[in-house]
Amino acid sequence: MAHAAGVDVGSTQTKAVVIDEQRRIVARFLIDTGANVTQAAESAYNEALKSGGLSERDVEYVIGTGYGRYKVTFGDAQVTEISCHGRGAVHMFPGTRTVVDMGGQDTKAIRVSPKGDIIDFCMNDKCAAGTGRFLGAAAVALAIPLDSLGPTALRSERPVRISTTCTVFAESEVLSWLGKGKKIEDILWGVHQSIAVRSAGLIRRVGIEPELTFTGGVTRNIAMIRALEEKVEMKVNVSEDSHYMGALGAALFALDHILASRAPKTHTTRRTV
Amino acid sequence: MSEIVGRANRDGANLVRDWYAELTEAANRGDSCAYVFVMGSLNEVLKTFDFPVVFPEINSLQTAVRRVAHEYLAQAEDYGYSPDICGYVKADVAVQLRNGDHPMGRIPKPGIAVLTNACNTYIKWAEIWERLHHTPVFTLDVPGTRTGGGQTWQGNQDFENDRRYVEGQLRELIALCEKVSAKKFDIDKLRTILGHANVMSECWKKALACNRSRPSVFNALTDGTIYLGVANGLRGTAKGAQYFTDLVEELAYKSSQGIGTLTDEKWRLSFVGVPCYPIFRRFNELFTQAGGTFVNSTYLWFASGGTNRGFQYDLSRPIESLAEGVLISVRDAMDSMFHPDRVLTETVTEFQIDGVVFHPIKSCRTTSTGLADSRRAFAKEHDIPSLFLESDMMDRRVVAEAPMKNRVDAFFEGLVSRRRQAAIAP
Repeated sequence: MAHAAGVDVGSTQTKAVVIDEQRRIVARFLIDTGANVTQAAESAYNEALKSGGLSERDVEYVIGTGYGRYKVTFGDAQVTEISCHGRGAVHMFPGTRTVVDMGGQDTKAIRVSPKGDIIDFCMNDKCAAGTGRFLGAAAVALAIPLDSLGPTALRSERPVRISTTCTVFAESEVLSWLGKGKKIEDILWGVHQSIAVRSAGLIRRVGIEPELTFTGGVTRNIAMIRALEEKVEMKVNVSEDSHYMGALGAALFALDHILASRAPKTHTTRRTV
Repeated sequence: MSEIVGRANRDGANLVRDWYAELTEAANRGDSCAYVFVMGSLNEVLKTFDFPVVFPEINSLQTAVRRVAHEYLAQAEDYGYSPDICGYVKADVAVQLRNGDHPMGRIPKPGIAVLTNACNTYIKWAEIWERLHHTPVFTLDVPGTRTGGGQTWQGNQDFENDRRYVEGQLRELIALCEKVSAKKFDIDKLRTILGHANVMSECWKKALACNRSRPSVFNALTDGTIYLGVANGLRGTAKGAQYFTDLVEELAYKSSQGIGTLTDEKWRLSFVGVPCYPIFRRFNELFTQAGGTFVNSTYLWFASGGTNRGFQYDLSRPIESLAEGVLISVRDAMDSMFHPDRVLTETVTEFQIDGVVFHPIKSCRTTSTGLADSRRAFAKEHDIPSLFLESDMMDRRVVAEAPMKNRVDAFFEGLVSRRRQAAIAP
């Protein structure tokens, strides 16, 4: 049985996914991208293979995606993460028509067709406000681990309003709220709401059409899911594989290639009269 | 005939270089000149008085193409101009502060400035020269299009009133030019200049229409910008008229021979907005690498001051006809800039457009503010994908190539997928 793989080299983390011909995820792995992008891609892929008990020979086609897609040196082709998140989201949640991908340095809103093709998309531009980096800055300022951000924020009773849109200035604003004696959970919930407002704006630019699927690394933050749902006033699809959606989409494109190469080709026969 | 292929780009570059050499000579002699803008330059009147003509917008974009704009912008910002205002204005301020020093030569000081209200920034920009050099400034107030969705024409009462209003202003301009140049107005000379402008306008219209050819015979973003430089700088001259006559010959030849700008033209695109001059060639390559070429561009319409209309002056009544031409052409330029969805609608079928690239820019709110609405209106009327790609015309600090490439790649992936779906549809 053939396998296909997708490697999503993001600004913060690199994800690798291997699927079989039934489009089931058989292996996956995630590591921090770090400074050596090529090495991160190789490590994530090799570790994914190892976790699935596979070797490189078992994988017929690999597609690289994410900002570092051209650094997936062992890849056979590259596809943008915009197309990959759209494809992955529709595969995982077939009713998906809108995707919001929140990653380390950008947030994308994508409108997709029932087949997962991109109809329109929109991203934050030249600014990390409204992305995972914004949460990272808040975590640093409040000296709490990233994993605790969501649960802590959900304890909020009187959230503060974060007015800045700049990730760098957000840190100062968080500190100023601390100085005024505000609770950490109230500040954090304010941070989540601020990101949700910006993300909802992006989603509205492409047009919100249910179902809305949330993808990317920030999906692991439970408060972000809640804040987004409140802001767009609808339930969002999230799964434990949402973080891997770009890599999954890439693997699905890779499988398309494998299956297309097996399809019998139609030949036109030229007859000599 | 094969030697004519590429002639327009070669000759256009030479003509622009010669133009700047003449400006440098004028500056070194201490001569003053006329400062004008691309939307309603009134070159025809100014050339009647032999003013060397300077287009500050073209000077500014040249600093970006030659990759020194950041030095000019920084100087203007150090002088006190905000990073948020028009990059063209700031580069020009730096040129003035540097006593005309410019990568293409030396720019003379303005002895007269002539502008229209086609762009709100023109008015504040000219006030800078007024303050710095005590330059006499003449603002031609061109009434905008009177009806929604289209112009009114000769014979319409509103049009005739507007024409008389513009004509009155032109006569005031002629009087001002007589005063500044100390030369008497020569109506026969104006007639000759209008004749040259007629040839250029007719040829510009024909040249743009040549790109209905498949494959397209020129790239509206790159080649088109060269043609545009000549269209503005040499309007009303025999050289300009000859250049455009030759251009039409070249494009018709390429069309007849099936010579395209790309060896494998996969996607025919429309461009909306002002080019990304800080990475001018690279920006275009983001599209050509995927087999996309720009077959038309709203820039070639509005930045030629509406010359694309091909308006022909009636030489038997030059001033009246000039007023008509200014009214029709400047209105067309403004409509192309503010309502691109309407003008695109006129071209999508005959140019066989596969996709539209909307390019809002940070430092020009005038051309960019309405683009999101325009895109939405276009999408409502046409099942043609579009890309919204933001950058700048001057400021490399807000031009991020990697994210731009990501968006362009995703746009083409969408086009490919769409074509594949269409091919397998029953």
